[in-house]
Amino acid sequence: MHAPLFAALGDETRLALLAQLSAGRPRSISQLTRGSTLTRQAITKHLRVLESVGIVHGVRAGRESLFEFDPQPIVELKQYLDRVSEQWDQALGRLKSFVER
Amino acid sequence: MNDRIEKRIELKAPVARVWRALTDHQEFGEWFRVKLDGPFVPGQVSRGHITYPGYEHLKWEAVVQQMEPERLFSFTWHPYAVDSNADYSKEPPTLVEFRLEKTPTGTLLHLTESGFDKIPASRRLEAFRMNDGGWTEQMKNIENHVAKKS
Repeated sequence: MHAPLFAALGDETRLALLAQLSAGRPRSISQLTRGSTLTRQAITKHLRVLESVGIVHGVRAGRESLFEFDPQPIVELKQYLDRVSEQWDQALGRLKSFVER
Repeated sequence: MNDRIEKRIELKAPVARVWRALTDHQEFGEWFRVKLDGPFVPGQVSRGHITYPGYEHLKWEAVVQQMEPERLFSFTWHPYAVDSNADYSKEPPTLVEFRLEKTPTGTLLHLTESGFDKIPASRRLEAFRMNDGGWTEQMKNIENHVAKKS
């Protein structure tokens, strides 16, 4: 559930693409290729990986296909980690009462 | 964003007492709220079921990793596996480590749960945040958003 998201983020090229997209404005593959040494195909492949975990979405603007950043998967991952963390706080609180009584 | 959870807690009880509460399966079950089928044995699967009110339908399953007396107890499991219909076995497990340290007043317990990623993505993400203002801004938005919700 969360491992694919981490895996998608675990790549320099994809992080660089996200850095550009997270600035806010949706961008085309051409725009994203311009600032890179990679080919258009390579960029497209990386965008598909980001798309597969929902952190990037394709949007159409006229004839152009643009890509935009979506923070939701990261928000969900953070909420998930917060819940696990909260459960540990409760469990450790019970352990404390248990060993100190 | 971090790939691990870390907790430190001071316990006013001797290390030997804390060790027993962690590694005796019945004592562990009392505070963790799980009924375990048998003792913890390194390398073996520990099974049981949750006794936490409202979660009794859930099974407990972990693989005991290390038991270094009064120092380290660790197991791997699937955290927060609260959906009884979901198959968590395909997800990579996380590693839970309890480390004990003697202090003048009792025991310092250091808990870590790690492996929410299988690769060091978080470190890269950290580097990424420092390199890019846009992302830092985005992370702040995310954190504000989450803080509002909780």
